[in-house]
Amino acid sequence: MILRDVKKNKQKTFLIVSLFFLFITLFIYFLSVLIFDNVAFAVIIGLTVSILISYNTYYYSDQIVLKLNKARVATKEEFAQLNHILEGLCIAANVPVPKLYVMDDSALNAFATGRNPENAVICITTGLLERLDKNELEGVIAHELSHIRNYDILLQTIVIVMVGFVVIISDAVSRGMFRGSRDDDNKVSGIIAIIGIIFLILSPIFAELMKLAISRNREYLADASAIELTRNKDGLINALKKLTHDSEELEQANKSSSSLFIVNPLVKERKKKNSLWSTHPTLDNRIERLQNIN
Amino acid sequence: MEILLIIIAVIFILIIILYNRLIQLKIRCNNALAGIDNQLKRRTDLIPNLVEVTKGYAKHEAETLVNIVNQRSHSLSEKAKQNEEISKNVKSLLALAESYPDLKADKIFANLQIELTGTEDKIAYARQFYNDSVQYFNTAIMVFPNNILAKILKFEEREYFKVSDEDKENVSIKL
Repeated sequence: MILRDVKKNKQKTFLIVSLFFLFITLFIYFLSVLIFDNVAFAVIIGLTVSILISYNTYYYSDQIVLKLNKARVATKEEFAQLNHILEGLCIAANVPVPKLYVMDDSALNAFATGRNPENAVICITTGLLERLDKNELEGVIAHELSHIRNYDILLQTIVIVMVGFVVIISDAVSRGMFRGSRDDDNKVSGIIAIIGIIFLILSPIFAELMKLAISRNREYLADASAIELTRNKDGLINALKKLTHDSEELEQANKSSSSLFIVNPLVKERKKKNSLWSTHPTLDNRIERLQNIN
Repeated sequence: MEILLIIIAVIFILIIILYNRLIQLKIRCNNALAGIDNQLKRRTDLIPNLVEVTKGYAKHEAETLVNIVNQRSHSLSEKAKQNEEISKNVKSLLALAESYPDLKADKIFANLQIELTGTEDKIAYARQFYNDSVQYFNTAIMVFPNNILAKILKFEEREYFKVSDEDKENVSIKL
């Protein structure tokens, strides 16, 4: 079952990277036609720039996400116990040890990122270290490790960075579309209008992609696989309770990366019922499913 | 005639796939066992330091630990038994800190405590992975048609790294 999920996650990632590539190429193409007035030149520039951007986002998306969340490396000297827990779980899971990062924040949360198990990162808040006991920490880290093993991280990270990029551009262009409408040069404003319309059409498609990637079932699966590793239900259950009932909000929390985390970093969203748009299942549902595992 | 050739070819390919699968499982068992040995060695390296730090407080216990560590174990079950005893003694030495504030304040001891507790956990996880791998392997060589191939290749059931039946409960797959 997990192998099938891994394949599905890789296929979805491929789809998203291709769409992103196409999107950036088109965007740069229109922009260059606008600036240089030369189609051949525009094609070359469009392709080069989008290859560079796609390549970079694919290889550095984990670094981008870490920067966004202001994380730093958790060294063996400073966080000995945490490193031991992670190494132990990696032995049980038979995977390479991911890099370990911490966020200096008193909120309780954790996420995993990277493009494959060999280049993966687990990041937790210092608040989590202070307020969770060892069994609970093991549960949380095993959960993140399961996301890595299932290749959920690849898909989620790519989606967040690439879709985020497109949203920023489309935002900028659609603003420019209305501002530039009084421009004397009809041709220029015409092309900007075309780009704007393309973005308007594509936005719902990207929103759809986001939804497809951030499937709540991933969380259930990661919870279940975490328990397969730790052989201790109560650790994860207690940790999830503590994390969900905590009222402190992660300072760097933002909507775009919220799906990465083990519990929704936006405190308000946590209390809502399951809906089509929620990125995480409710606590009750998660605990109920954990309790049903035997 | 052609149909016969195709059937033979298909059977041959199936045997190759089965064979590779069994070999992979076997290699995984070997690697898992090496993983346990790595962690056991790490602990053996740490124990002299622990003995050194704690012998002023609990001489007898420290000596007992040294004796157990120096015993030779031949079979896997002996090794598992020895491991269990070392774990028990290490844990009781580490627990000394509760009754001796001096020891608790000792920086070397505090470091040892983190290292040894971590290593004990890793031994447990390595054992869990090994026993899971053995379970897969043993099941794989018992089901049809693998059992025929396993018999020809002389694959034998692997031994678990566990001591008692109570231990078995802990490591059985819960999913």
